[in-house]
Amino acid sequence: TTKTLDCSAATKRLLQEMAGEGVKLIGFWGSPFALRVKWALKLKEIQYEYLEEDLPYKKSDMLLKYNPVYKKVPVLVHDEKPIAESLVIIEYIEDKWKQNPLLPEDPYERAKARFWAKFADEKCVPAIMLAFRTTGEAQEKAVREAREHLKTLESGLAGKRFFGGESIGFVDIAAGWIGIWARVTEEIAGIKLIDEEVALLDTWFKDFLELPVIKECLPPRDRLLELNQGFHKMLTAAST
Amino acid sequence: MAEEVKLFKTWSSPYGLRAVWALKLKGIEYESIDEDHDNKSPQLLQYNPVHKKIPVLIHNGKPVAESLVIVEYIDETWKQNPILPQDPYECATACFWAKFGDEKVLPSIWRVFIQEGKAQEELLGQAMENLKFLEEQLEGKVFFGGEKIGLVDIALGWIANLTCMLEEISGLKLITQEKFPLLFGWMQNFVCTVFVCLNPKPTERPRQLGGLQALDY
Repeated sequence: TTKTLDCSAATKRLLQEMAGEGVKLIGFWGSPFALRVKWALKLKEIQYEYLEEDLPYKKSDMLLKYNPVYKKVPVLVHDEKPIAESLVIIEYIEDKWKQNPLLPEDPYERAKARFWAKFADEKCVPAIMLAFRTTGEAQEKAVREAREHLKTLESGLAGKRFFGGESIGFVDIAAGWIGIWARVTEEIAGIKLIDEEVALLDTWFKDFLELPVIKECLPPRDRLLELNQGFHKMLTAAST
Repeated sequence: MAEEVKLFKTWSSPYGLRAVWALKLKGIEYESIDEDHDNKSPQLLQYNPVHKKIPVLIHNGKPVAESLVIVEYIDETWKQNPILPQDPYECATACFWAKFGDEKVLPSIWRVFIQEGKAQEELLGQAMENLKFLEEQLEGKVFFGGEKIGLVDIALGWIANLTCMLEEISGLKLITQEKFPLLFGWMQNFVCTVFVCLNPKPTERPRQLGGLQALDY
């Protein structure tokens, strides 16, 4: 009967939605922001089509169409509807697919998680990037600030194994990638960002990055080093 | 259990006002604690040791900092008069534009007013491009949130106050009816709503700042 067909079409649609059909991720292998969206999709067990951009020198028409404001990766496209900005994307993923929650249920705990993700993005990351692209006194100042902010980030762990508690959550995914990129920065720029002064943070980085679900998505380290060496040459040449 | 809600803010900060508007929209009673920017109280430093800034919302003794995080907290804690859309895609879109306001629009407008000459002209181009994106978002709507004020309106509310103030001080007109008719109209609607609908009986004289009234109570 028609009614039976309607029900089964609705169920089929629901199953498709749950599996993530119609989900595309536009990314770049060397982008930590695309990486954290990949982690979120993986933790939620969502199937998606991955589209690699030929960055850093070319941007596809598709990217410019789906993200006209920032023209950057990552962009999540779900049923032809685009979402840009990686933390906004991760919150969308959390909101849309209810399995394996990344955020706690309690509003106060959620606010704390958002606070720390924001802190990592707005304080730790810019300072590390500044230390990466400057030299001399400007670099020394940036290194001091980055180390200070990483120390503050460590305080957010508050003695837990992960920011999410016993298992990883929103802040771990939002900030865990810094463990790799900070080390790459240290090697290329000849500076020290993570040491015994942030031993707890260092342990957290290691524990997080060793988790199979996280490790599987990581770009090859030598490729990442090569890519960032190229950036470093370009950026430090520009600033002299 | 009796709710205890306190808000640490300053009389002029647009970030503090976001929390005020969210609380007013929800009809939540709260105690307002006005801080002095140059002489911060020990309580503020205790409640926000990381940034040492306002606004900080204290709900039953628990502190929440960062204005947009506070607004989301308010929306998730008190369910009446929702500020964020229910639909995940529309919610993500709202968060995107609120972020855009803070990361691109505000700095680009500020930079225009603190520069002069050739540098100002170039920066003006960037600010105008950012404002054009916002103008597009208002197509067919009264507020960014649709029929009612939502997250993006609250996040961008500073435009209504700060831009007018900067324009008066510098003589440079950025948001005019000719260039940005929808944004211009939105500013009027927003000011009307926060003054009239959210605060029918102001308890003190509105403060003056450069000849304009601060959007505060």
